[in-house]
Amino acid sequence: MAATSAASAGGSVRSGGVAKRIDVKDLNIYYGSFLAVKDVTMTVQPNKVTALIGSSGCGKSTFLRSLNRMHELISGTRVEGSVTLDGQDIYAPAADPVRVRQQIGMVFQSPNPFPTMSIYDNTAAGLKLNSKRMKKEQMDNVVEKALRGAHLWDEVKDRLDKPGAGLSGGQQQRLCIARATAVEPDVLLMDEPCSALDPIATLAIEELIEELKRKYTIVIVTHNMQQAARASDITGFFNIVQSGDPGVLIELDSTEKIFSNPTLKETEDYVSGRFG
Amino acid sequence: MLRPAWPVSLTDNSHEQTTMSPTTAPPAPTDPTEEPRSAAPTNGIGDRVFSGLATGAGVTILALLAGVAIFLMIEAWPAITAAPEDIPGGEGLVSYIAPLAFGTVLAALIAVIIAVPMAVAVALFISHYAPKPIADTLSYLTDLLAAIPSIIYGLWGIAVLGPAMVGLTEWLADNLGFLPFFEGPVSTTGRTMLVAGVVLGVMILPIISAVAREVFTQTPRGLQESALALGATRWEMIRMVVLPFGKSAVVAGSMLGLGRALGETMAVTIILSVSGGVTFNLISSANPSTIAANIALDFPESSGLAINVLIASGLVLFAITLIVNMAARAVIERQKLDG
Amino acid sequence: MADNPMPPMASEPPTPGTGPAEDFASGGSRIPAWGPWAVIAGTALVLAGFLSLIGFNIALLAVGTVLVSIFIVYLWARKAEGRRQGFDRAITLGIGSLFALAMVPLVSLLYTVVSEGLSRMDPEFFSSSMRNVIGEGGGVLHAAVGTLIITGLATIAAVPIGIMAAVYLHEYGKGRLKRWLTFFVDVMTGIPSIVAGLFAFALFALIFGPGIRLGVMGSVALTVLMIPIVVRSTEEMLRVVPDGLREASFALGVSKWRTVAKVVLPTAMAGIVTGVMLAIARVIGETAPLLITTGAFSSVNLNPFDGRMANLPVFTYTQYKFPGVPPEPFIERAWGAALVLIIIVMVLFLAARLVSRRYGIELRK
Repeated sequence: MAATSAASAGGSVRSGGVAKRIDVKDLNIYYGSFLAVKDVTMTVQPNKVTALIGSSGCGKSTFLRSLNRMHELISGTRVEGSVTLDGQDIYAPAADPVRVRQQIGMVFQSPNPFPTMSIYDNTAAGLKLNSKRMKKEQMDNVVEKALRGAHLWDEVKDRLDKPGAGLSGGQQQRLCIARATAVEPDVLLMDEPCSALDPIATLAIEELIEELKRKYTIVIVTHNMQQAARASDITGFFNIVQSGDPGVLIELDSTEKIFSNPTLKETEDYVSGRFG
Repeated sequence: MLRPAWPVSLTDNSHEQTTMSPTTAPPAPTDPTEEPRSAAPTNGIGDRVFSGLATGAGVTILALLAGVAIFLMIEAWPAITAAPEDIPGGEGLVSYIAPLAFGTVLAALIAVIIAVPMAVAVALFISHYAPKPIADTLSYLTDLLAAIPSIIYGLWGIAVLGPAMVGLTEWLADNLGFLPFFEGPVSTTGRTMLVAGVVLGVMILPIISAVAREVFTQTPRGLQESALALGATRWEMIRMVVLPFGKSAVVAGSMLGLGRALGETMAVTIILSVSGGVTFNLISSANPSTIAANIALDFPESSGLAINVLIASGLVLFAITLIVNMAARAVIERQKLDG
Repeated sequence: MADNPMPPMASEPPTPGTGPAEDFASGGSRIPAWGPWAVIAGTALVLAGFLSLIGFNIALLAVGTVLVSIFIVYLWARKAEGRRQGFDRAITLGIGSLFALAMVPLVSLLYTVVSEGLSRMDPEFFSSSMRNVIGEGGGVLHAAVGTLIITGLATIAAVPIGIMAAVYLHEYGKGRLKRWLTFFVDVMTGIPSIVAGLFAFALFALIFGPGIRLGVMGSVALTVLMIPIVVRSTEEMLRVVPDGLREASFALGVSKWRTVAKVVLPTAMAGIVTGVMLAIARVIGETAPLLITTGAFSSVNLNPFDGRMANLPVFTYTQYKFPGVPPEPFIERAWGAALVLIIIVMVLFLAARLVSRRYGIELRK
């Protein structure tokens, strides 16, 4: 798989694009002296969709962002513990966050294509950063592949040079997914990708995720339990006891089990709607 | 909110709205024939007086502005209708004003060319590079540059910057002397168009920088995060997202700075060593004056038609700055509609 | 609603690499946080040594240090971290240097004014005018008093008009008058100060003849310059006051004018005061309009409607530009007056900021 993706990308995307595993061990995330997330140990399985659920403020977004070091954009944050991608520690002192993010991509809650760029340029944005010397033909191929992979190609193939902001919400989000996947990351993180979309667009994205997991490892944070039940293979439930406490991973298991027969009562209370 | 007051509010209604508790509806009238109170009661006499005062203030301002235009025209008229021989210089009003206009635009252009890249760098530094705790202080310091009176800039320019730049101008004449800008002969006092332009640039830098800084800090977070999540370095993110987002604001800010530089008087009056003619030579002692500096230099001792001539030149300056400022406004309006 | 500014990137962990992580580091350790600083210091030392041999020049030292440091950091980072990271670091250094460069005029100017003006910070300077003074001695009493009177009159005229016009624009205005007024206030902000002076001159010259010079003419010119500043900043402050506050007042049955006068304006007052102080700071140093309207005068004149009136900026200008023989006392007086002027402006600026901080509603957070 690495060979085909490298070849189709013209060999200039770094040799990756294989879905990898993330191992998290004893992860604690601090904002200054405030402990936001406590002692998380879990494994994100390759080629599977892992959903993280829990009420708002319980740290699941913070945790997600720590997986590609995006939480560092807020000054004063730090982590203890380890996060490794197929064995490589992303928090090693010599590790470059820029490189980490090239291999662990992210899609955000509000669709945000770059407004001054065309659809084509949006999709190619990550590519242009990493490998400036790609020939036009190769780049065309990669862009088409990414847009097809995001189920957007047929809708935009005749207007690739139009601005990315001219699309509907659902289309914009698929464009952002195409942009993130064009660089063929090993893992794709999605932070509530559907919460700004209508139900039809949401369904389209969920179908897309089902297909994307064949190529990528996917972690998705969602506050919508039904979505987690529909779209994921594994679910992790985060919770906090009360405001001011750190978020904790309560239970992580196959989605089926979490929603039908969870081990812990706390989990069962949440998924059956008794709180949250 | 401390900043030099420039006429631009790029952020239309973008401020924090605290949510108040729900307003209670007006009490239902007990008498069915009584009219319900309107939401904004405005009919009492107090209201009429107050709103009259407010409207009156607005009208006063318009009248004042009209007065400026009218009175200037009245006083400039004798110069416009006078015979060319009567105008100082003997060649008519247009050839009196033309070299001054040239000097005005030249000095202002130098200022803008120097100030804009610096202002963008300063704004970026404060918005994206400096540690948060000191960013406020740095903004304050940058704004301080705008508070300093222009006469003091003039004194500094002639006493410090001019002499300090003599070395540089000699180097320019030696190495780039084939360019008309640096032909020389080099002024030994530093009282050159180049120095005047640099001082003007320093004076307008805080204006442009404040506008740029405001828009850079309002770049949508989601866009910046998306760029970084793709594995962009900080500069790449700025280039991909922040600069395109702020482009028209920077253009507008630059035009405001240009307007300011065009009208600036005292710094140029003190620094420039004037000897009349139109020239592109930036480093000699023979410089054209600017409209504003010319008025400042000649007005106190002038009488009769000469005064009317100076006022006419002031009118030309007013027209030029008006056009530039209106163009800047147009750019901002367009950005508000698009962005 | 304004987004939070993008916070700057947190600094990387300071410990140097213990061993390369495959793929996440390009084969060497990353540059430690103190790295670029060490390069700058080292380059500066070397260059200073070099220059002391061939002729020391601080400007060359500064420029050379910056350029060479950027180059070295670029190469180092490129090797340790990658080409793009190297470029990123070089840009970071470049932008920081440009900022430092922008601060140089500020520092140089303040230093110059203070060091040159200090020589006249004596009691005579503040207690006497230039009456009967030919060479040495003399002071700025007349100019300081004049500045106070002229600017004070301008403030008294500009502030009520400006605030009420802003009230009109934000609370009452509609239709054509509002649009025209908004447009023309913007036009007014761009009036060159000398044109405002010419207007004041023209106004009075038509009534009194062209030789007229009065303190109040200067005030008229300054009023024209102050009004748009006051209008703009007051308008912005009125915008910050939440609409919910007005609605709550109306719902209590309070009339509109009382709401504006007793609820909205007091809430916005700190910001309005700040705006006024900034407007004063802006016009108090204006020379050009006063040069052609108030003229210069050597004695104290307390009557703005009677003849020429001295003021600090024009005094500074005339002392510097037209020194007698010997010129030194005149130059000294010019710098002394400049120092007084700058102190006044700085105090106003600082006070405005303090008022805004202490009493103001938070604009954006």
